[in-house]
Amino acid sequence: MADTPNTVTLTIDGREVTVPRGTTLLKAAKEAGQDIPHYCYHEGLSSPAMCRLCLVEVEGAPKPMPSCVTQAMNGQVVKTQSPLALEMREGVLEFYLVNHPLDCPICDMSGECNLQDYVHREGRDHGRSVEPKRVFGRDDFGGDVLFYGDRCVMCTRCVRFMNEMEQDSRLTVVERGNRSVIDTFFDHGLEGTHWHGNIVDLCPVGALVSKDFLYKARAWDLTHTPSICPSCSQGCNIELHTRDNLVQRLKPRQNLEVNGWWMCDHGRLSYEWINHGHRLEAPLVRDGGPARAMGWKNALISLLDRAGAAAGKGVRAVASPFASNEDLAAFAALVKELGGGPIVYRSARAADEIPLKGYPGLARRRDLTPNATGAGLLGMTRVGGDDGLGGLEGVAGHDGILLVLGDPLRDQSADFGRNAALYAYFGARGGAATEAAHVVLPVTTFAEQEGTFTNLQGRVQRFWPALQGPGAARPAWLVLGALVAQRTGTEVTRSAGDAFAWMAQTVPAFAGMTYDDLGTRGAVVSEPVPLSGD
Amino acid sequence: MAYPYVSDREVRLLSKGFGDPKARRLDAYVERGGYQALRKAFGMGPDAVIDEVKASGLRGRGGAGFPAGVKWSFMPKEPTRPHYLLCNADESEPGTFKDRELIRWDPHQLIEGVLIAAYAIRAKQAYVYCRGEFFETSSVLAKALEDAYAGGYAGKDILGSGVDIDVTVHLGGGAYICGEETALMNSIEGRRGQPRVKPPFPAAVGVFGMPTTVNNVETLTAVPHIVANGGAWYRQWGTEKSTGTKLFCVSGHVNKPGNYELPLGFPLMDLIEDVCGGMRNGKALKAVIPGGSSVPILTAAECRGVNLDYESVQAAGTMLGCASVIIMDQDTHMVKQVRRMVDFYAHESCGQCTPCREGTAWMAKILRRIEDGRGTAEDLDTLLAMSRQMTGTTICVLSDSAAAPVVSSINKFKDEYMALIRRGERAGVA
Repeated sequence: MADTPNTVTLTIDGREVTVPRGTTLLKAAKEAGQDIPHYCYHEGLSSPAMCRLCLVEVEGAPKPMPSCVTQAMNGQVVKTQSPLALEMREGVLEFYLVNHPLDCPICDMSGECNLQDYVHREGRDHGRSVEPKRVFGRDDFGGDVLFYGDRCVMCTRCVRFMNEMEQDSRLTVVERGNRSVIDTFFDHGLEGTHWHGNIVDLCPVGALVSKDFLYKARAWDLTHTPSICPSCSQGCNIELHTRDNLVQRLKPRQNLEVNGWWMCDHGRLSYEWINHGHRLEAPLVRDGGPARAMGWKNALISLLDRAGAAAGKGVRAVASPFASNEDLAAFAALVKELGGGPIVYRSARAADEIPLKGYPGLARRRDLTPNATGAGLLGMTRVGGDDGLGGLEGVAGHDGILLVLGDPLRDQSADFGRNAALYAYFGARGGAATEAAHVVLPVTTFAEQEGTFTNLQGRVQRFWPALQGPGAARPAWLVLGALVAQRTGTEVTRSAGDAFAWMAQTVPAFAGMTYDDLGTRGAVVSEPVPLSGD
Repeated sequence: MAYPYVSDREVRLLSKGFGDPKARRLDAYVERGGYQALRKAFGMGPDAVIDEVKASGLRGRGGAGFPAGVKWSFMPKEPTRPHYLLCNADESEPGTFKDRELIRWDPHQLIEGVLIAAYAIRAKQAYVYCRGEFFETSSVLAKALEDAYAGGYAGKDILGSGVDIDVTVHLGGGAYICGEETALMNSIEGRRGQPRVKPPFPAAVGVFGMPTTVNNVETLTAVPHIVANGGAWYRQWGTEKSTGTKLFCVSGHVNKPGNYELPLGFPLMDLIEDVCGGMRNGKALKAVIPGGSSVPILTAAECRGVNLDYESVQAAGTMLGCASVIIMDQDTHMVKQVRRMVDFYAHESCGQCTPCREGTAWMAKILRRIEDGRGTAEDLDTLLAMSRQMTGTTICVLSDSAAAPVVSSINKFKDEYMALIRRGERAGVA
């Protein structure tokens, strides 16, 4: 067998695998296609080897070995499915159920619970315990976390996350033996910590649940869509969990280059705006009188007619860093097509970063928007204050062409754009500052369309549509692309992928990238990233 | 002198001071040749001390019986990081009371052993980790240590040799599991007293992450005698593989329970009949637990011909452990006895490993139910199956220890379990 300085070769369930030296049996088994049940082990945390659920048989070893900490050795013969291994794991699973309340019908975790999965896979069909169960009851841990002590499997992932990642030891194990219970220190709960939502994700059972999500949806009713967190410029990889065309919760999605397995509480709980009603649902056109809803074709013709008449007075444009790279690139193309002019964007910035101490490179960043870097790479300039307002003095009264993409213009009055020869607003929601717009075009949010964001490290990452957009709302890249195509007589961009490809061809920073290559991990732009997105 | 009971068959090497209130004093210890072995050790050098202890065949007295000199030789020879010696005085095994007596009657004997061992493994700091309930014991030791420092036997430049060794007495919080060497380390570091996963072993990564040796009190008290008189001298007692003398803590239904220092290989029946003055009230012997509550039970019939050394006891299907001999007469309620022991383990489980955390408490509940006459024959199958799943599946051996008496009692005294179960069935309780 190959015994090189860097690799070892061993046999797992009859399959030979070669893994880097130092690989644990659990990981090596994964290579061999065998998923060994485990609780206390988590790739992102230390391994205490205490749940004893990942026991496997190793030929020559006197006892079953915990595969999470046992390193693969050359020539080792490992059996994950032998009668001994299965008997020991079945025993551990039965021990878990001795005091577990089996309240799956009212448990938030039901349907995505490792205890359910493992017991169904490897457990006994009937438990033998007839003894009264130990009862801890429920505890409010503070923050977004509720603790159901009776469901706990004592894996201590939550304690270790707070110790090792957040590095603020708010949780501990109190008492010993089967009186052991996770608890906070006296009346100091999780309040004031910024990453504690992750312990709900880490909990393999329903012991730690999110107050925000409590009783909102059953796991099996949720649709999971890969996405990017829009709440700061870190660009954490997430999943949108949706039901009934509403986002029910956000969960982190593993990407070791960006966020590991984690996301912050700020991002996790900032999703209600996505579900908000009062959306623009149809194109609106004002031609002297009150706004009239009309079909896309007529609205776009009306816009282009007006643009033709307003030519020569210059373009002023306001973009939003919540728009995708493709939206922004199409917006920039339209601005250029209509005569060119400066494009500005505004973004709110927090006073400080909130780093996750145990995971270098991960922080809730100061810039609270997902695509300020993308806007910068596309030649747009940040204006206004750290509250994300102001800075539009030279734009509001412009008498040429005024284009706005996405910015809700909360600080602007109904007179915004009143002097413009053409004021076109592309957004998800209307507002006072859109009252003077000649054309208001409904576009979708990131959750309703495909696209990419560029995070502060210059990593371009894809997100996927999770929700149906309202009414006639369309992705901005499609609307803007259609306008450009109409003006230039070129082909209309028909997909987000085409929009990305067009951007990669025309914008040097994105040169060489393909939509498919980005995959679910993203790729870093070829240009140094302007330090605007800190 | 009649320290609770003595026998003329004893070889009182370590227990010489038992019952003598003066023995614990520094002057008395020095008068009878104390701290001469330490001086001699400094002259020999660390490696020669280790070789002498290896030659003596001294085995760890904490329960596992691992050769002490071999254990010391695992420590790095050229220290690049601080080394530590930990003396395990967390004597908590039910039935064991030898270390307490060694410390309170003759603390300097231990201190000298600690200093020699620390010197041999090149440690400049040693801790004596006392069981949480050892208030008197630890204060006697602390006083003796104070005298030893004042007399120049500990601390800086010991006996003018240039060797520095500090000794600290640490009183635990009162947890059985802290007698497990890695849990003991966690406890000294101020963490929860929970065993650590091995490997890494203490000689590589021990207390504070440094190379560490852990020895039992009795092991260390034997060291000065071995260094003073030589390893070959120590071998005059005991058997080929189980050398020297051993303190036997005898408790239970005998006329004269107590601590007896006997050569290893001493016949078990002689211990009961002769040394301990026979069974109390002339009752018949029913069972013996030879090594503390963690080892399998022997029936009276199995006790015949068993000699008390590591190998013979193992051949009889149990273990010598820390030689805590618990003797039970014909009236002993075996189910209650075993339930009481399992209760202890359930109470003392640290709660890390699932089989132990849940298994010990579940076992205790089942046994209580059987004891109350509400058991079923299937419960015995469940107990045996659980025992299998609790043996060899955890970080330390606490859960193995809880399972051992359950298995051996069901195998050897099944009629007692069945009598309780049948009685309950007849009464319609179950």
